Amino acid sequence: MLRIIVPIKQVPDMSQVKFDTEEGRVDRSSAAAEINPFDLNALEAAVQIKEKLGGIITTISMGPRQAESALRDALSRGADDTVLLTDRAFAGADTLATSYTLASAIRKLGEFDLIICGEKTVDGDTGQVGPQIAEHLGIPHVAYVSKLEEVGEKLVVVCEMEGERYLIESDFPVLIAVTKDINTPRLPSLRGKLNARKAEIKTWGAEELSSIAEKGRFGTQGSPTRVHRITIPAEEGRKGRIFRDTSDEAIEEITNALYRYKG
Amino acid sequence: MKDYSGLMVFAEQREGRAHPVSYELLGKGREMADKLGVELSSVLLGNQMEEEARELIYYGADKVFLYDNPVFEDFDLLNYKHNITRLVEEVKPEVFLFGATHLGRSLAPRIAVALGTGLTADCTGLDMSEDGGLIQIRPAFSGNILAHIRTKTRPQVATVRYKVMPSMLRDEHRKGEIIKKDVEIVPSLLTILKKEKLGEKSITEAELIVSGGRGLKKAEDFSLLADLAELLGGAVGSSRPPVDDGWISREHQVGFSGNTVKPKVYIACGISGSPQHLAGMRGADVIVSINSDPSAPIFKMADYGIVGDLYEVIPKLIDRIKGESS
Ligand SMILES: Cc1cc2nc3c(=O)[nH]c(=O)nc-3n(C[C@H](O)[C@H](O)[C@H](O)COP(=O)(O)OP(=O)(O)OC[C@H]3O[C@@H](n4cnc5c(N)ncnc54)[C@H](O)[C@@H]3O)c2cc1C
Ligand SMILES: Cc1cc2nc3c(=O)[nH]c(=O)nc-3n(C[C@H](O)[C@H](O)[C@H](O)COP(=O)(O)OP(=O)(O)OC[C@H]3O[C@@H](n4cnc5c(N)ncnc54)[C@H](O)[C@@H]3O)c2cc1C
Repeated sequence: MLRIIVPIKQVPDMSQVKFDTEEGRVDRSSAAAEINPFDLNALEAAVQIKEKLGGIITTISMGPRQAESALRDALSRGADDTVLLTDRAFAGADTLATSYTLASAIRKLGEFDLIICGEKTVDGDTGQVGPQIAEHLGIPHVAYVSKLEEVGEKLVVVCEMEGERYLIESDFPVLIAVTKDINTPRLPSLRGKLNARKAEIKTWGAEELSSIAEKGRFGTQGSPTRVHRITIPAEEGRKGRIFRDTSDEAIEEITNALYRYKG
Repeated sequence: MKDYSGLMVFAEQREGRAHPVSYELLGKGREMADKLGVELSSVLLGNQMEEEARELIYYGADKVFLYDNPVFEDFDLLNYKHNITRLVEEVKPEVFLFGATHLGRSLAPRIAVALGTGLTADCTGLDMSEDGGLIQIRPAFSGNILAHIRTKTRPQVATVRYKVMPSMLRDEHRKGEIIKKDVEIVPSLLTILKKEKLGEKSITEAELIVSGGRGLKKAEDFSLLADLAELLGGAVGSSRPPVDDGWISREHQVGFSGNTVKPKVYIACGISGSPQHLAGMRGADVIVSINSDPSAPIFKMADYGIVGDLYEVIPKLIDRIKGESS
């Protein structure tokens, strides 16, 4: 039976979120919050392993109180247990502090076999947190995993890196970060939804982690990088030669352009 | 912080050849090092790589730290991390740059944690401020915004996207020093059982790309685009929806969650021009759009466009081009 941990992040729905070009602001209130789409693939991978081999899936999220709804959503999709890491002290974290906080909580949870992260998030968008958690915990990781080949005594995965495909074997414990190719996430089940509504969400703050973590490494204080400005590029645009029809003249001119520029 | 000086570039190699992003980073690194009057070094790990180390000098490095050992022939995550981290602790560069390739984005986060320093992801711009601090510019929010990021710890580490920085011209007269370093081996923990090349040439290398989007009616219709691409000596690309539908494999996807391409010519067929798609192809020299909707945003980005049905336009182009060559 595998003990699997899936870190998930709550993010704004990118198809709704509004950007203020002039002020350089992201208006998070303009969009509903949801589980980071890549993390749904991570959770689905965990659920498929559990269905085959048995296991316990713990999802863990660091974020504001509202992130509780993301954890409930995860429960309805097959997670067994959840931890919400929320505290003023965690706010303003970059990936170093985020991964440190998550790794500390994973330590506190006790022994585990496998951590499955998403490839990246749609907001912060760095893809760094997975490998960083692995480094904090001193375990190996494989990123860009597109397929689980074998889960047994060992883990064998397929990972794709720039036109090359690797088959990689690892002992447990190990962390993998999965791409969208790995599966198609299922929808929450009705029963899952009902159970999730009633479930108790474990909530930890800095205090709960104090026996294993240094407070100075959380949040803004523990974050060496800072976003000091945001700009929203107004599309520069090109002054194109646009043909409103498919006349011979249009075809002729475009063909000529193709030959001129393709080199 | 005072002990730190100079810039270092991680030179990524596959099959014994440096990835071109390494030369690009050396080009940018050279420019910044000259501005600050400091040294530009590079670190290369591989098996029998002296010749390639010299190439790094021809492309701008003052010094190359070379780790030559069979264990580095393929990407060995933990041995790469261990040896590079030791080197950085010894050399103490102010700035350390990686290519934002899959390998770079998997390795750099671990090194940053091991060093306890900040890491900025997938930069498309780098600038030196007067105080020697690095201003790192990167797209975030799925390519909708640009964040300007500063790092208060040293080294300031960043991964930088391929094909955004120009490399310098190769110059065999450039002088530099190759320093062979002792290798420390740690347990790999990961074993590569098999490695294979994914058939076609990566579209990031293509000079001309014909891409299809949701304007295509079925998977088979990509062959129409392939015909045009073949005639022009190019590759086939795609927006995300056809990839999600399994019509074409993910290596062909252009955009925020796919490949960033910078061909001489990009032909978008039945693609509307979403910010996430533009994020991957706005660097093309010439953009051609074929779309039936005159209000499609892609036309604002196009150098040439035809408002029309791609099923009519592409065969006409193919006929015209065939006429040309016969
Ligand atoms: C515009 C902008 C730019 C930024 N740029 C940088 C930067 O360059 N460097 C930097 O260090 N920080 C940066 N940050 C901060 C960074 O976004 C946060 O630290 C964030 O908490 C985690 O990073 P991410 O969203 O990039 O996650 P990623 O690294 O992209 O996430 C990978 C995986 O890690 C897990 N995960 C990530 N966050 C959480 C979480 N909070 N709870 C549970 N699991 C999680 C998920 O499985 C996820 O799929 C930036 C923030 C903003 C708003
Ligand atoms: C986190 C995130 C990441 C994303 N990453 C990517 C990415 O990497 N790459 C990407 O492409 N998208 C990405 N997307 C999706 C993106 O938002 C758009 O949904 C997508 O680019 C739209 O693809 P499209 O232009 O092919 O389809 P549509 O927007 O549906 O456009 C189809 C176009 O075809 C035209 N058309 C229809 N029939 C014909 C015809 N017969 N002849 C000519 N024209 C015709 C229509 O007028 C229309 O303009 C991402 C989205 C999110 C949220």
